This record gives sequence, structure tokens and C-alpha cells, in this order.
Amino acid sequence: MSLTETAATEPMIVDAEEARRARKKKIEGIARWVLPVVVMALTIFGWDRFVVWNEIPHYIMPGPGLVAKTLVQDWPILFDSLLVTLQITLLALLVAVLGGVGLAVLFTQSRWIEMSFYPYAVILQVTPVVSIAPLIFIYVDSRIAGLLICAWIVAFFPVLANTTLGLNSADHNLRDLFRIYGATRWQRLRYLQLPSALPYFLGGLRIAGGLSLIGAVVAEYVAGTGGIGSGLAFRILEAGYRLNIPRMFAALFLIAATGVVIFACLSFLSHMLLRKWHESALKRET
Amino acid sequence: MSVEHRVTLPMGERPLLLEMDQVGKTFTGDVVALRGMSLKVNEGDFISLLGPSGCGKSTALRLISDLMLPTQGKIRWSGDHASGDLGVVFQEPTLMPWATVAQNVWLPFRLQGKSYNSVKDQVLEALKLVGLEKFLDSYPRELSGGMKMRVSIARALVTNPRLILMDEPFAALDEITRFKLNNDLLELKAQIGCTVIFVTHSVFESVFLSDRIVVMAARPGRVIQELTVEQPYPRDDEFRTSAEYAAHCRATSDALHKAMGDAA
Ligand SMILES: Nc1ncnc2c1ncn2[C@@H]1O[C@H](COP(=O)(O)OP(=O)(O)OP(=O)(O)O)[C@@H](O)[C@H]1O
Ligand SMILES: [Mg+2]
Repeated sequence: MSLTETAATEPMIVDAEEARRARKKKIEGIARWVLPVVVMALTIFGWDRFVVWNEIPHYIMPGPGLVAKTLVQDWPILFDSLLVTLQITLLALLVAVLGGVGLAVLFTQSRWIEMSFYPYAVILQVTPVVSIAPLIFIYVDSRIAGLLICAWIVAFFPVLANTTLGLNSADHNLRDLFRIYGATRWQRLRYLQLPSALPYFLGGLRIAGGLSLIGAVVAEYVAGTGGIGSGLAFRILEAGYRLNIPRMFAALFLIAATGVVIFACLSFLSHMLLRKWHESALKRET
Repeated sequence: MSVEHRVTLPMGERPLLLEMDQVGKTFTGDVVALRGMSLKVNEGDFISLLGPSGCGKSTALRLISDLMLPTQGKIRWSGDHASGDLGVVFQEPTLMPWATVAQNVWLPFRLQGKSYNSVKDQVLEALKLVGLEKFLDSYPRELSGGMKMRVSIARALVTNPRLILMDEPFAALDEITRFKLNNDLLELKAQIGCTVIFVTHSVFESVFLSDRIVVMAARPGRVIQELTVEQPYPRDDEFRTSAEYAAHCRATSDALHKAMGDAA
């Protein structure tokens, strides 16, 4: 058997139409970055002018300059709190991944286990964490452990649901092929089901990353008491009592930034893992 | 060990490989997918199962590959039968998109617990047989439909199976690619002397490829007639335009019309 290959030639710009299209694509690429930055800058500028022109006192609404200054000034306190929140968020995410994937694998191995435990997973998911959290803090002595459990409850379901779906969505002909070649249950899981589930899992992971941050913050609001090991949510509460609004804004900014960074990291991870083969990560040449 | 090159004996002298004895399959709800199918598959045969949609061609292949059990009759292999004795090609290429071409072809061995290095030569040779040895590290998405089908065929060949089952492998391809792959498949058969059961909707394809054509009818799925095409391999494009080819097509087509007429 022989094979005729079309030589991969450099894309050459042949006519004006194509040149225009290439230029448009390039401009779009730049705009993708420039536009959000411009909008952000305008928003901050508008915020600043709004505060200055209306002479709004800083204990009602601080300007962006003051928030930035507070962020620098209070950095030691805020950074410690950021570390606490981050630690709980990441630990919760880790446990959610282990628990979610583990349960999903167990579910696909045995229908009986799935039938027995799936309802509980759903119940955990639909019950608002705010309403369970107080109970958890009664029964669990360690504050950190309590926070972790709350964040985990919020984060694990998307991982479980998506991974289960992914494990069950392996191509049917491939399943048949594995049977014909006498694959063991473990081989089928390892070489067929887990790779098939990867894109689904990564989708769940991105949602879970945001949710574990939300879980950590909400749980801390409920947990209340401060002292050592206080995260950003506690700083916001505390600053609210003291009418230290600039610090509230600074802490809020840190929480939002953390969420964005987590999302960006997980998206990047997803892209790296899927770029070679999955439709969602393919760049098609047009 | 490498891909074995067997000698194909003339028809009538070929040893029995597999026997279907009055095999039937009834699904729940009294759907008779297949009734009383008897077929002797000999080593070196190229058998086509030809018939209208729903006549149980895929069911027959699934029964042979042990993916389901017959509700009547028996399927007997001559000699010991192990996994790896069977190669399968589906209508879709059915490749693992996350694995490279080489890893896809390695799969049957991998499931036998063999490391890539220990079977590298076979993987390479199978890919060479389908003309894709330069694409070892490509991912399926980088290949055209015809190339993916070749990978699928290489994977079916790599364990040097006693029997290769193909379920409308080229139905989704354009006609030019299909002709090319038909030629290549026959060249491959002439080289390694494999035994093939090939499911198709196309009279022309079945005549060009096979030395035995099993014509089937639907509702209930059953065998209507068996024809032989006694044209020696390798066959080439000249055969496609020959008078014998036309005569065989006419005879097969008549048998198929009879099958459709019976069903209607
Ligand atoms: N798993 C199943 N459950 C119930 N009925 C089935 C099942 N598989 C096949 N059938 C029925 O059995 C009959 C034969 O199906 P089969 O797929 O073998 O036909 P086929 O000849 O391969 O058709 P096609 O050319 O369309 O692929 C059909 O009527 C089909 O509806
Ligand atoms: Mg079919």
C-alpha cells in the first residue's frame, strides 16, 4: 500500500481578500487582550471619579487608590488570611477530586454501590451549605477541619457527576473491541474509561475550583470566630464591624483575584492535557 | 514472530477454520435477527456477507466474535481459540483519540500484557502493510478518513489473527478512497493470506473482493444463496472492467433481488 501525501505548504497569502482576512484575524487576536484591559481601566477610572466628584466618604465607599493603599498597608494581615483561605480551598479541591473520582470509579464498577449511594450524593449537593455548616461546627472540634468539610461538600459533586458521565461515555465499539481482546475490568478502566472521562472530569474540575473557594468563604462566615487561622472572609466580617471599608474592599479584591487565578490555572491544565487530541482544545486552521 | 504470511490453498483444499451450524439469534420482543445460518469458513477464504439493511449481517459478526451468544445453534472453531485470534474492523475507524497511531495498533498486545518494546516490530510491520509507517506518532485527528481506516486495519492485523471480521469498513468513505482501499486490501490479502469475513451493502464491492458471497435476506435474517467468484487473486482494476466481473455482478445482483423480493 502506498500513500499520497499532500505536502504541508506554508500558508501563502495569495490575494487581497485573503490578506484582509489575515489582518482581521490578527486584529481580533490583539483585541482579545486589549479590550478587557481597557474596560477594566475605564471602570476603575470611573469609580475613582465617581467617589471624588460626589465626595463620598471613605467609610461608605473608598476610591480605588485608597483600596490599593490599604492592600499594601495591611498586606501582612491580609496575606496571612489569604494563605488560610487558599489552603482550605486547595485542600477541599484536592479532597473533592479524590472523593469525586474515587466514588465515580466505584459507581461504574458496581451498579449496587451506585444505587445505594448516589441519592446521598445528590442530597449533599442540593442542601445549601450555609444550613449544614453550623451543625458541622458543633460536631467537629477543629475549625480547619470544619471549614474543609464545608468546602468539600460544595465542591465534590461536579467532579463526581462529570466523571461518572465521562466513565460511561466511552465509545461502544471500543468497548466491544476491549471485550474481544479479553481485557480485564482494570484494563478497561485504565486504558478506555479513564481517558474517555478526562475531558468531562476537567470540566467538572473547573467548576469545582470556583465552588471550593465559595465553600471555604461561606463556611468561614458561618464559623465566625476569629483568632489564629482566620481567612479572608473573617477579615471582611471584622472590617465590617470596625467600619474599615477600605480593608473590606481589599479583602474582597483578594478573594476575587484568587478565584480568577484558580480558574485560569485549571483552564490551563485542561488545555495542556487535552490539546493533542480533544475537540475542545483544538485550534483549527481556517 | 512477525505478521505471518500464510499460503492460500485453492478452494476445496482449504482446511476448515470455523463452522456456524444452524445459528439463530432472537432478541427480546421476538425480533428474529438471524435464523438457521450455516456457514463453513475455511482458511484463506474471503467471504462477503451481502444483503439489505437489517438482514442480520452485523448480528452474525457479533455472534462469531462472541460479543453475544446465539439463541439457537452452535459456532465451532477448529483447534484452540484464544483472544488475538480475531481481528475486527468496524464501520467507523474506532480509534482511541487520545493515543497515537502506534499506541492504537499496540492495543491488542497491550491488553495481553505485552510492553510496546517487545512488540514494536509487529506494530511497525502492520503499519507498513497499510502504508502508514511514517505516521507512528500522529494522532488520529491528524489523519484523513481513509488513513484512519488503514490504522484500524493495521490494528486488526497486528496479532496475526486467524480470522478478520470487517463490518462495512469502507461504507463511510468516498468512492475513490473506497476503490483504493479495496485494491489495497486485496494486495494485503495476497501478501499475508488472511481469512476475512466482510460485510457490505455493495454488490460491486463483494464481487471485486471475495471468492465467496453469502447473500442474505431480512425479516427474518437468513441466508438465501451462496455464490463463488473463481477469479484468482491478486485482482486489479482490469478485473473491474472484465466480462467475468460483469457476469458475476449480474448473478449476485439477481440473487440479491430475489432476497429483497422474498422479504417484501
Ligand atoms: N441488540 C439488539 N436488540 C434488539 N434487536 C436488535 C439488536 N441488534 C440488532 N437487532 C435487530 O436485529 C436485526 C438485524 O440487525 P443487524 O444489525 O444484524 O442488521 P444488519 O444486516 O447489520 O443491518 P445494517 O446493514 O443496517 O447494518 C434488525 O432488525 C435489528 O433491529
Ligand atoms: Mg450492520
